[in-house]
Amino acid sequence: MPTVSVKRDLLFQALGRTYTDEEFDELCFEFGLELDEITSEKEIISKEQGNVKAAGASDVVLYKIDVPANRYDLLCLEGLVRGLQVFKERIKAPVYKRVMPDGKIQKLIITEETAKIRPFAVAAVLRNIKFTKDRYDSFIELQEKLHQNICRKRALVAIGTHDLDTLSGPFTYTAKRPSDIKFKPLNKTKEYTACELMNIYKTDNHLKHYLHIIENKPLYPVIYDSNGVVLSMPPIINGDHSRITVNTRNIFIECTGTDFTKAKIVLDIIVTMFSEYCENQFTVEAAEVVFPNGKSSTFPELAYRKEMVRADLINKKVGIRETPENLAKLLTRMYLKSEVIGDGNQIEIEIPPTRADIIHACDIVEDAAIAYGYNNIQMTLPKTYTIANQFPLNKLTELLRYDMAAAGFTEVLTFALCSQEDIADKLGLDISATKAVHISNPKTAEFQVARTTLLPGLLKTIAANRKMPLPLKLFEISDIVIKDSNTDVGAKNYRHLCAVYYNKNPGFEIIHGLLDRIMQLLDVPPGEDKGGYVIKASEGKTDEPNPELVKVSGGGYTLFLMKLVILIWDFRKKGR
Amino acid sequence: MADGPVAELLLRRLEASDGGLDSAELAAELGMEHQAVVGAVKSLQALGEIIEAELRSTKRWELTAEGEEIAREGSHEARVFRSIPPEGLAQSELMRLPSGKVGFSKAMSNKWIRVDKSAADGPRVFRVVDSMEDEVQRRLQLVQGGQAEKLGEKERSELRKRKLLAEVTLKTYWVSKGSAFSTSISKQETELSPEMISSGSWRDRPFKPYNFLAHGVLPDSGHLHPLLKVRSQFRQIFLEMGFTEMPTYNFIESSFWNFDALFQPQQHPARDQHDTFFLRDPAEALQLPMDYVQRVKRTHSQGGYGSQGYKYTWKLDEARKNLLRTHTTSASARALYRLAQKKPFTPVKYFSIDRVFRNETLDATHLAEFHQIEGVVADHGLTLGHLMGVLREFFTKLGITQLRFKPAYNPYTEPSMEVFSYHQGLKKWVEVGNSGVFRPEMLLPMGLPENVSVIAWGLSLERPTMIKYGINNIRDLVGHKVNLQMVYDSPLCRLDAEPRPPPTQEAA
Repeated sequence: MPTVSVKRDLLFQALGRTYTDEEFDELCFEFGLELDEITSEKEIISKEQGNVKAAGASDVVLYKIDVPANRYDLLCLEGLVRGLQVFKERIKAPVYKRVMPDGKIQKLIITEETAKIRPFAVAAVLRNIKFTKDRYDSFIELQEKLHQNICRKRALVAIGTHDLDTLSGPFTYTAKRPSDIKFKPLNKTKEYTACELMNIYKTDNHLKHYLHIIENKPLYPVIYDSNGVVLSMPPIINGDHSRITVNTRNIFIECTGTDFTKAKIVLDIIVTMFSEYCENQFTVEAAEVVFPNGKSSTFPELAYRKEMVRADLINKKVGIRETPENLAKLLTRMYLKSEVIGDGNQIEIEIPPTRADIIHACDIVEDAAIAYGYNNIQMTLPKTYTIANQFPLNKLTELLRYDMAAAGFTEVLTFALCSQEDIADKLGLDISATKAVHISNPKTAEFQVARTTLLPGLLKTIAANRKMPLPLKLFEISDIVIKDSNTDVGAKNYRHLCAVYYNKNPGFEIIHGLLDRIMQLLDVPPGEDKGGYVIKASEGKTDEPNPELVKVSGGGYTLFLMKLVILIWDFRKKGR
Repeated sequence: MADGPVAELLLRRLEASDGGLDSAELAAELGMEHQAVVGAVKSLQALGEIIEAELRSTKRWELTAEGEEIAREGSHEARVFRSIPPEGLAQSELMRLPSGKVGFSKAMSNKWIRVDKSAADGPRVFRVVDSMEDEVQRRLQLVQGGQAEKLGEKERSELRKRKLLAEVTLKTYWVSKGSAFSTSISKQETELSPEMISSGSWRDRPFKPYNFLAHGVLPDSGHLHPLLKVRSQFRQIFLEMGFTEMPTYNFIESSFWNFDALFQPQQHPARDQHDTFFLRDPAEALQLPMDYVQRVKRTHSQGGYGSQGYKYTWKLDEARKNLLRTHTTSASARALYRLAQKKPFTPVKYFSIDRVFRNETLDATHLAEFHQIEGVVADHGLTLGHLMGVLREFFTKLGITQLRFKPAYNPYTEPSMEVFSYHQGLKKWVEVGNSGVFRPEMLLPMGLPENVSVIAWGLSLERPTMIKYGINNIRDLVGHKVNLQMVYDSPLCRLDAEPRPPPTQEAA
C-alpha cells in the first residue's frame, strides 16, 4: 500500500478547514485511507540518522497517509484534497478537458526500433502552469509514487517531464545503440555516452534499481527534439537541457513503456492532478503521437466512460435499501458523477479519467457502500444452511496429536522450508535422492528447499534445547513435500508423523513402544500375517553418526498418506 | 516411637519441670553437647504441638584459653612476683621466664617490684612488697564459676582487652509443654498405607500436616504446541459455525491458481521475486485446466463478464510458474472451481487453516512462513451486510466484540474491508483481519452462476496467538529455536475467556 506524505498545514489550507489528528484519522478511516503516522522531516531524519543530522531539518508536521494500491488519483496532495472535498460535498468534481493548441500541435514520432525494447509512448502538454515550491515538490513526488506503484518501478511505464520552452518539436522516440547515445543527463555537468552512464549509475542508490530494465538490450530507448537535444533516455534518466524548475511555465510530458494501457493511465493521472495549476484550470493541451505504421493518435485520452447500474443491484449487493436518487448522490460523492435515468431504477455513472480503478459494476457498488458508510450497514446473518465436514486427513491429525501428547510426547512446530544440507548432507543422503522441490530465489540458505522429512526440524529443536532436563520426547505431525510428476504442479504434500526420544541412554524400547501405541491407536495389529504392521531395518544408510531409520508400513495407512518415521539416535554416547 | 534418647529425656524433664526449661541448662545438667539437645528440640517441634520452643539468645562471658590458664596458675604479674627471691633476680634472667615480659610491666605498674639499675652485674629486680593479692586470677575464677555478674563493667572490659575474657552469644531454646504434650510421643505419619487402613491403625495415628506452600510435583506429560492449540480452537469455531474444511495439503502451487485465477494481474507487485518464492524444480506446472485458463486469460486481457479487464498481454508461461503458495486463497480458488463444476449449484461454507509462504524481509513479527486462516461463504444473494454479520459472529467466538470496518483494496475482492477491533490494552483500534466479496472476474470464469456471491475473510494464526500468549517475537513461538519450557508451560487456549490481567505494579 503506497504511503503519501503531505504537510499537514498545507493539507488543511487546501481543505479549507482544520481538523484535530483524531478527526482527520476518522475521516481517513471512513474514506478508506489510513493516517499511518504523524511526523516531521526532523523526526524522520533523527530516527534514521540520529539527532545530530536532524538538527537543521524542518519540523513542519507531516501526515503519512496510506492509500489503496489502485487509487492512483490519491497519490498526491492535490488528488487527496480533491477526493476528500468531493466526498464531503464541499466542491463538485472538476471536469478535465483536452484542448487543441492555438498554434501547432506537439508531435512525438515513434520509430520502429522501439518495438523490441519499449514500444509505447504517449505525451501531453501542460500550458501556462504556475508552480510554487510546494507544488513543484508535489509534482516530482507524484511521478516518483507512480513510478514505484502502477509503473512497477519504471518497468511498465517511465515518466519524463520537460520544460517545453527549451525544446523544439517535433520529438522523436527511437532506440539506438548505447554507444551512439550521448547527452548531458540530469544533475551532471558534462556529456556521457549511454554506456558510460550505465556504469556511473551502478553506484547510484536511486537509479541502480532501474538499470536492469534495458541494460542487456542491444538498443536503448531515447527521445530527441528536432535539434537533436536528448529529452530522456527512458526509463533511466532525463536530459539536463530540458529540466523543469519552479519557474517552468510549459511542460511537455512523455510516458514510455511496455504496457500501453498503464502508460495512458499514468499520463491521465499526471495531467488531471496538475492541470489545476494551469491558467485554464483542468485543461490539458493535446499532443500527437505518430506510430511507426504512420497512424497517429492524440493524447491524453482523458476518456469519460458511462456505466449503467441498476439501483436494486447496488442495494442487493451491499445489503441496504436506498432510493436510486440517494445512491446517485452517494456515488457522486465518490467522484463518480451519477444520475437516475430511464425507469427510475437505472443509475448512469460517469467514470472520470482519474478513476482507472473502476473496471466493473462491483467497483461502483463498493464506492456506494463506502459513501453510505461501511459501519452504517445493517449486519445480518446469511441463511445459508450447511453441514460442516472436517477434512479427513486433518481430522485424523487432530486425533493423533492429542493422543501423542497423552503418550507423554511434546508437540513442536518447525519450518517447512530449510537448507539442502538439512535434508541431505546432515542425514547422509544425496540431495538428488531426496526428490525435494527447490526454490529458485531464496534470500538465504534457510529457504533453499521444502523439507522432505520432519526429522531436521526435530533435531534442530533438540539442539536448541540442550539445557532442558532429559529426556526430551518430541513429535510433530505436519506436511513434507516431494516432487511428483503425477500431480498438476509436479509436487505433492505428504503428512508425516515424526517422533524423537533424546536421553543419555538410547531407549529403543521407548520409541518402539510409542510406535506400538500409535499402531494401537490406529487399530493396526502387529504381524504381517494378520494384515498388520512389521518393522524392518531401513535400506538407507545407517552408518554412524547418521541416525538409524526404521520404516514402518502396514495396516493400509498409506490411505491416509501417513508415513511414520521413528528415530533412535544416541547423541551423547557418540561423543557429541 | 520415641524420637531418640535425648528427646525422651527432654520430655521427662519437661514433665517434671515447672513451666519449662532451658536447652543449655539441660545440656549442662545432662552433661552433653548443647547441639544434641537442640536437635531433640527440633525433631519434637516437627511433630506438631508436643512442645513449644522459643528461641532465645543469651550473652555469656567465657574465659579464653589464656584466661583459663591464668585462673589456674595465676596472672603473669603474680607469677613474676613469686619467682623473685628476697635477694632479687637479674632482669635479664627474669625476662627469660615464660611470663617475664608481660608480668614484669604489670608488676611494675602495680608497684610490686622495683629495678636497681646500679647493680654491678647489670639491672636487678627486687620485691617491693612482701605479699600481694592476685586480683586478676580471682576475677577470672569468679567468671569461671558462673558469677561474671559480680564483676563490674570496667573490670570485665579490662579483662576483655587483655584477651582473657570473651563475650559469647548463646542460642538456646526455652522449651515448654505444647497443647498436645505427651511423654510417649510417636512420629507423625506422612503417608496413609494400606496396612494402616486394613488394621484400622490410621484412626489413632497422627498425620503430618501438608505443606501447601511447597510446589507439587508436576506430572510427567506430553504437551501440545500453543500455536496449534489455537489452530484447534479456530477449527472448532468454524465447525461450530457449519463451515467445511477445504483441502490445503499442497504447499506448491502454480502462479495460475495462486494469482491468475484470482484476477491478480501478471504485473502485480506480489508476483515479484522479492515477495514470492518461485521454484527452480519443478519450475512449471504440468497441467492446467485449459478451458478455464482461456476464460481467465480473456478476462485479464480483454475483460468480459461486465468487466473492462486489465488490458494487457496475458502470458501462459507466467501462469505456469510454480511457487510456494502465498496465501490459502489459492486453495479456496480450487475449491470454488470444483464447486462451479457441480450442477446445480449448492451453497457452501468453507474454511481452511494452513501454512503460506512469503519471500519477505523478516522481523520480529514476520517469518517466511506463517499460517493463514480463511473463511468463505458462497450462496445466492449474499451482501456486504452478510459478510459483516458472519464476521461479527466469528469474532464474538474469539472474544472480540468491538468491531469496525474500513474500506480497503484487494485485487480479488470488491467490495473489500479491513476488520478492526478495539484493543483494550493498546487503547486503539487494531487490524484483525481482511475481508471482501470475491470479484465477478474471478467467479464467473470458474463457471459459478451469475447471481451467486462469495464472501470471504482471512487472518493470520500467529498474530492472535502472540496476543493471546503475550509473545512479542514470533521466533519465540514458531520454529526450532523456541524454548520447550514455553511449550511445557503454555495454558489451555480458551479464546472466549478473559485474558489474565497483566501483573500490577505492586505485584511486580
